[in-house]
Amino acid sequence: MAEATPAPTAQCTAPIVRHRAATDEPIWVRRALIGLVLLTLGFLLFAPLFAVFAEALRQGLPAAVRSLDSPSGQAAIRLTLLVAVISVPLNAVFGLAAAWAIAKFDFRGKAFLITLIDLPFSISPVVAGLCFVLLFGAHSAFGVWLVSQGHQIVFAVPGIVLATMFVTFPFVARELIPLMVEQGRSEEEAALTLGASGWRTFLTVTLPNVKWALLYGVLLCNARAMGEFGAVAVVSGKIRGETTTMPLMIEMFYNEYMAVAAFTMAALLTLLALVTLTLKSLLEVAYADQLAATHRHH
Amino acid sequence: MNIDIDQISKDFGATAALHPVSLVIPTGKLVALLGPSGSGKTTLLRILAGLEFPTSGRVLFDGQDATGMPVQQRRAGFVFQHYALFKHMKVFDNIAFGLRARPRRTRPPRAEIARRVQELLELIKLPDIGRRYPNQLSGGQRQRVALARALAIEPRMLLLDEPFGALDAKVRKELRGGLRDIHDRTGLTTVFVTHDQEEAMELADLVVVMSMGRIEQVGTPEDIRAHPRTAFVREFITDSRAHVRPLLVRKLKTA
Repeated sequence: MAEATPAPTAQCTAPIVRHRAATDEPIWVRRALIGLVLLTLGFLLFAPLFAVFAEALRQGLPAAVRSLDSPSGQAAIRLTLLVAVISVPLNAVFGLAAAWAIAKFDFRGKAFLITLIDLPFSISPVVAGLCFVLLFGAHSAFGVWLVSQGHQIVFAVPGIVLATMFVTFPFVARELIPLMVEQGRSEEEAALTLGASGWRTFLTVTLPNVKWALLYGVLLCNARAMGEFGAVAVVSGKIRGETTTMPLMIEMFYNEYMAVAAFTMAALLTLLALVTLTLKSLLEVAYADQLAATHRHH
Repeated sequence: MNIDIDQISKDFGATAALHPVSLVIPTGKLVALLGPSGSGKTTLLRILAGLEFPTSGRVLFDGQDATGMPVQQRRAGFVFQHYALFKHMKVFDNIAFGLRARPRRTRPPRAEIARRVQELLELIKLPDIGRRYPNQLSGGQRQRVALARALAIEPRMLLLDEPFGALDAKVRKELRGGLRDIHDRTGLTTVFVTHDQEEAMELADLVVVMSMGRIEQVGTPEDIRAHPRTAFVREFITDSRAHVRPLLVRKLKTA
């Protein structure tokens, strides 16, 4: 939210005093602030977005489509989808498990666990990627052993999935923890006293109570999983057609002066993000509704 | 069902919520666990339900050791303090939950479930609210739905945690009668927790006064009123609103 700067009051000498709320700024201040926000947004958001699509379509839609019709371009799209399909559901499960543990049980080291969950937010993705390289790469005995067993982690798909999961781990958990803490455990306890098993309680009571927040977290997680660059760049080794995800492919195309291909791929990634954002906004409406009056939409 | 509490104690970390307590609750009685907050009454109720497990001691149901019996097998109808209705389910589905959760071979057919839910809705005198959501009900209605949901599993005992705590005075009076009525009709051994001595005295056959994790006295309301055994009981059962001030004055005078 834009913070209102204190307006210089020039009306001290004016004989007519207009009564207004203490937080109401003069009209010109409001207009200036709104204008400033629009200008910033236009400059930082709309212009680049427009530029991406404009550059992609500079030689027309057919040319744009054709530019992606290369084995490496296709492979990058497939790889990004594959990584998202693996890492997002796993992170949904892990996030749910972590939130469940934190919200429903008391144990020692709970505060520490919450801090740990937040770690990927504060650590640089490049550093995270480097950690995986050190852990699983040729520098460590563990990495060497894994390779000798025929498991290539670094510079292969498993490494990319690991790095993506590390970066996107907090999204689902962060959405769920406050909600589940607020809801407490009494509904679960009620289900247990009525004879429901733990699993049935989870499916019929816990999950329906958090479904909107879960979906919301999954969407955010997905958006980040498909767009992650730093951590993936380090672990992938950028082998063309094999370990190159969409964001990495964009950089390659761009460095090779293949502007149309680079911008078309970028536009595609942007479209995926826009779809996610739209879904998220739609969910926010439903979700706010649920929080306010618990299920009017049934 | 006869409930026998044999030297039950419960520690939460370093603090003792219950010192070893023993109590026999005879079949079919309506019993109040009465005490201020922190007296251990809710802990004791949750141990009976299988929501907590005692640090030491045994619980016997009809003479059978049930100390380690899992919550699902106890068939204890439990009414939670804020009712804990499933807010994403209609009233009908709330009440039907326990029947539907049964294993397939003992689960009644759909029509039978519907019939029983309707029967329970009539028992709580709210026959037409099956299709509503909990947030569309008043506090008193929610409490009665919670009661119906607990009764649906054909419980062996009924356990209620501050069943009237969240209601205003007028509704509270009405629902007290409702609980007594349901108890008398079903004949279930019923235990409820309250901090309101008037409620306990008016409603219960047997009052268990608790303080600081210990049972101070067990007796009929008349018995406890006529012969309070300890100073705590005497203080606590004189009308709670009226006794606060004299107590304070006395403390100030002696200070």
